[in-house]
Amino acid sequence: MSFLSNLINGISLGSVYAIIALGYTMVYGIAKMLNFAHGDVIMIGCYAVFMTMSRQGWPPLLSVAFAVVVCTALGMIIEKIAYKPLRRATPLAVLITAIGVSYFLQNSALLIFGADTKSFTSVVAVPPIKLAGGALTIPGTAIVTVAVCLVIMVALTLFIKKTKAGQAMLAVSEDKDAAQLMGININGTISLTFAIGSGLAAIAGVLFCSTYPSLTPYTGSMPGIKAFTAAVFGGIGSVPGALLGGILLGVIEILGRAYISSQLSDAIVFAVLIIVLLVKPTGILGKKVSEKV
Amino acid sequence: MAMLEIKDLEVYYGVIQAIKGISFQVNEGEVIALIGANGAGKTTILQTITGMIPAHKGSILFGGTDITRIAGHKIVSMGMAHVPEGRRVFSQLSVLDNLKLGAYSRKDKSEVQKTLEMVYQRFPRLKERKNQMAGTLSGGEQQMLAMGRALMSKPRIVLMDEPSMGLSPILVSEIFDIIKEISAGGTTVLLVEQNARKALSIANRAYVLETGNIVLSGDADDLLHDESIKKAYLGE
Repeated sequence: MSFLSNLINGISLGSVYAIIALGYTMVYGIAKMLNFAHGDVIMIGCYAVFMTMSRQGWPPLLSVAFAVVVCTALGMIIEKIAYKPLRRATPLAVLITAIGVSYFLQNSALLIFGADTKSFTSVVAVPPIKLAGGALTIPGTAIVTVAVCLVIMVALTLFIKKTKAGQAMLAVSEDKDAAQLMGININGTISLTFAIGSGLAAIAGVLFCSTYPSLTPYTGSMPGIKAFTAAVFGGIGSVPGALLGGILLGVIEILGRAYISSQLSDAIVFAVLIIVLLVKPTGILGKKVSEKV
Repeated sequence: MAMLEIKDLEVYYGVIQAIKGISFQVNEGEVIALIGANGAGKTTILQTITGMIPAHKGSILFGGTDITRIAGHKIVSMGMAHVPEGRRVFSQLSVLDNLKLGAYSRKDKSEVQKTLEMVYQRFPRLKERKNQMAGTLSGGEQQMLAMGRALMSKPRIVLMDEPSMGLSPILVSEIFDIIKEISAGGTTVLLVEQNARKALSIANRAYVLETGNIVLSGDADDLLHDESIKKAYLGE
C-alpha cells in the first residue's frame, strides 16, 4: 500500500510539473526560446495567493483567480519588455536575458516579501479519500491536482485544435514568415502564448504550494527547472509530451526518494533524463525535425 | 491607375544593398513577370511588398494606399496574397487546415466555404487529400496547396515566387496553366520566375532584373524575341 500511496504522490507532483512544463513547451514551440523566468512567475503567483488569502482573508478561489490574472499580466509584460526587443537577436542573448529576468523576479520578491519562509495555507478543501479500509489514503490535494492537470490538458488541446487562435499558434510555431503571410499577427500570438503559459504557472504554483507549503522567493526555481526537464524529457514543443514527461518525472522523483535514496532523488531524475536523451535526443514524444529543401 | 505601384524602392540586407532604387507598376488584370538570375533581387522585392522585409527608401502603393510601413500581417486583408518561394506550406497541419489558415484574415465566414469549394474545383487533388498532412504531399501538390491557400484570402492580386521551382516539366506546364486560369478569373498576378521562357509566355509585360536594378522592361512578347534576352535568359 505504501507503494501505491507513493505512486499517487508521484503522479500528483508530476501533474504540477506537467502544468509548468506546458509554459516552457508552448513558449519554446512558438517563440523558439527558453523562458527561464517561468519558474519565478510561479513563485509570484504563490505570493499573490498568500497575500490575498492568508493575509486579507479572501476566499481561496478568488485568490487563485487573482493570482492567475497577476501572472498572466506579468508574463505578457516580461515578454513585451524583456524578450520582444530581442526578436532578431541571437538565442544566447535571449537566454541570458531570461536568466536575468529570473533573478530580477527573485530579488524583487525578496525586497517586497522578505527572505523569511511563509507558511502557505492549502487552497484545497477536498477531504482525503480512504480506500482499502483505511490502508490507503489519497490526499484531497492530490485528487484536485491531478484533476486540474487533466482538465487543463484537454482544454488546451481543444483550444489549439478547434480555435482560430490555436491554429494560428500552430502556424507560427512551424513557420513565422508563412504565418504572417496568412495575416496572423506574430507578436500577438507570442504574447498570447506567454499569457496562457503564465496563467497556468499560477495554477501550478498554487497546487505545488498546497502540497509543499513553505514559500520563499526561491520556491519557484526548483520546480521550474524540474518542469523544464520534464518538457525536454517528453519532447519540447509537444503538449502531450509535457504531460507524459511531467508525470514520469514526478513518479521517478517520489519513488526514487522512497526506495533508493532521499538525497539522491534529484540525481536519479536527471540521470534518467540523460539516458533518455542519449537514446532519443528529441525526447519521448518529440518530433523528428526533418530538414526541408 | 496602377493597382500596385513601386517607386524608387531601396532595400538593404544589413549593409548590402539588395535593391537599388527600382520603380515599376502592375495594372489591374495584368500578369507581370519579374525575371532575372539568382540573386538579382526578385524574391526580395516580393518580400518587401508584403512587409516581410522593411523598405529602406521609396514607397509601395497598393490601390492608391501607401503600404510601405504597414505591418505585414495587415496586408493580406487588403487583398494581396503572397505564395512564397519554396511553397512554405504548414507541413504538420492537414491540407484543409492549411487552406483554412489562408482565409485567416477574412471576416465573412459564410463566404469562406464558397471559396473553399472554388479552390477544390481548381485543385481537385487537394480535395482528395484534404485530411492528409501537408508535409506528405509531393512537391507539385505542395505548390498547388500554397497557391490554393493564397486564393483562400480572395485576393485582388497574387504575388508568386518561383512557382515552378523543383518541379518536373509536366508539372511546370500544369502550374503555369493554373496561373493563366487564376488570371482569367480576374486576379492580377505578379510573378517571379527563373524559368524566363515560361514566365514570358503567359505574362503581359515583364521587367528584367540584374543585381538590384531593372535593366529592361516591356511587352512579354517583345522580350521573348529580344536578342539579348534570348542570350542571357532563354539559353539560345
